[in-house]
Amino acid sequence: MTRKRRPPIAPEDFRAAGGLLDRRIFLAGGLAAGTLSSSSAGAEPLSVAPWMKTPGSPFTPYGQPSRFEDKVVRVWTNPPNAPGTGAARTPLHVLNGTITPNGLHFERSHSGIPDVDPDAHRLVIHGLVRRPLVFTMEMLARYPMESRIAFIECGGNGGSLYQKDPAQLNCQGLHGLVSCAEWTGVKLSTLLDEAGMEPSAKWMLAEGADASGMSRSVPLVKAMDDALIALYQNGERVRPSNGYPLRLLLPGYEGNMQVKWLRRVKLTEEPTMTKDETSKYTILTPDGKSLQFVFPIEAKSLITQPSPGLTMKGPGLYEISGLAWSGYGKIAQVDVSADGGKTWAPAALQQPVLPMALTRFRMPWRWNGGPAVLQSRATDETGYVQPTRAELIAKRGGKTIYHFNGINSWGVDESGEIKHVYA
Amino acid sequence: MYTPSRSIALALALGTVCSVGCAESPNLGRVATPEELAPWDISIGPDGAGLPAGSGTPRQGEAVFIAKCVACHGEKGAGKPNDQLVGGRGTLAGDQAPVKTIGSFWPYATTLFDYVRRAMPLNESKSLSNDEVYAVVAYLLHLNGIIEENETIDARTLPKVRMPNADGFVTFTRGK
Ligand code: HEC
Repeated sequence: MTRKRRPPIAPEDFRAAGGLLDRRIFLAGGLAAGTLSSSSAGAEPLSVAPWMKTPGSPFTPYGQPSRFEDKVVRVWTNPPNAPGTGAARTPLHVLNGTITPNGLHFERSHSGIPDVDPDAHRLVIHGLVRRPLVFTMEMLARYPMESRIAFIECGGNGGSLYQKDPAQLNCQGLHGLVSCAEWTGVKLSTLLDEAGMEPSAKWMLAEGADASGMSRSVPLVKAMDDALIALYQNGERVRPSNGYPLRLLLPGYEGNMQVKWLRRVKLTEEPTMTKDETSKYTILTPDGKSLQFVFPIEAKSLITQPSPGLTMKGPGLYEISGLAWSGYGKIAQVDVSADGGKTWAPAALQQPVLPMALTRFRMPWRWNGGPAVLQSRATDETGYVQPTRAELIAKRGGKTIYHFNGINSWGVDESGEIKHVYA
Repeated sequence: MYTPSRSIALALALGTVCSVGCAESPNLGRVATPEELAPWDISIGPDGAGLPAGSGTPRQGEAVFIAKCVACHGEKGAGKPNDQLVGGRGTLAGDQAPVKTIGSFWPYATTLFDYVRRAMPLNESKSLSNDEVYAVVAYLLHLNGIIEENETIDARTLPKVRMPNADGFVTFTRGK
């Protein structure tokens, strides 16, 4: 097979300051040798490894990652006295693609992960309906199902970026409360139609079967539009930490509303005003008023590689890669800057780009070994552009931790070290 | 041209209007009786809908709090190691760090009954009697200067309690 090679990078390939290149450079075929390869002088002959000489291990019932990947794990924080209350974060900085492995999907729980027996569990639909219904898991499994790939992001993800000084954390610590999976289940609208909604019903309370009875009010319009009673996560039954045996999926809405271990849906005229839609998950603004019912996640993006905690291995050609998402639809464009937002170049979007799903973007970058500030900026299909951190704070102030979607800045220094900075 | 497959698509498109028991739906759910649902129907609306019988006073609530809550929420709800439940009035606006508590932040007193009954005390949720929940709610409202020490909290009085930050919330609209 012959493949056309690109000529070496030329001045006209640069798209923005700091070494950002045309997004098509990697796609257009290999770059001509010479610019990249390191010296081969004195190289030892390649050795044949021991695992090529004896049979490997036998089969296992449920596969696990390589033992060499044992650092690719969630990390979590919890309040004192409450080991099951808090959040475990996805290691975004060491993952690639767009789908989060089930064992690494972020978790936010308010009173631990319940050990729900699916045979004893029930889903109830009642309130302003003509026929209150109770479902066993077996009944639900007989319904027509559909799958959709959707991100879930905690409403508090990125909350530390409201602070005055940049928290010295990596992508996982700063933004690890977002994950993406293929969810499969029964459309909630099917069950609501069967129950028969009263015309006065405008909201529904969704309640979980955990010890905190986690509960949130959801607009009925959303429930009828695209809500799913998810039974499967990436092809297998939903993990206990994500709501086994079933969770509510509300594509694009803040994670807290997508109630796990769902046991009850109650149709109401008004919101129930639960703790998590009043005391929490409301945005306190500088005038002392709080924004309530902030449901969809606004467009947001971050560069996952390179990112804080990782180190550049000398000047040369790198791929900048990251994630973008919007609760209002598809990502339309992601721009990348290497000079702290002064100049921008469009990144390549990995296909397929799906609404309310994580979108992977990629950008070739020739790092010259000097200081750089890397940023990404997402635009969604509604035309909304991810704001700078300063713009967001000017509007919202710094008294909240919720719905941070400002632009992130990674400072690269001459040694190749990468730090979270404000720029 | 009008084809059979189109007519199916049309029927599906109109399917959202079907109300009681759509013919093409599996209809596997069993109709539940109110008695059957009662133990699960624990949510309380801001108008007090769903509040059970029973009552309590701040004085009765103090005993509940000392027995069941103080270890995590501190003496008189001052906080530490877990959430502060009292104080913080006047900290929402301006530059100072906000102290969000039941007294300074919560817009509805009914939420307190709902939440304590379903979720607290953390390690043995749903263990308090309705009287105990009313009492500890009354105690926390009193510590926050919202009700008097001799007031009784029950299904009739709780929804009438006006919280200091009742007007502190604005419904979000995109772009604002
Ligand atoms: C073992 C520790 C523990 C005990 C005991 C406990 N709580 Fe809590 N409480 C917590 C934790 C942890 C949270 C935060 C839960 C969360 O993040 O969802 C909390 C949250 C709360 C809140 C919400 C605070 C806010 O502003 O949002 C209230 C109200 C509350 N508790 C009341 C009580 C009452 C009343 C009792 C006694 C009947 C009690 N708690 C006993 C640990 C405890």
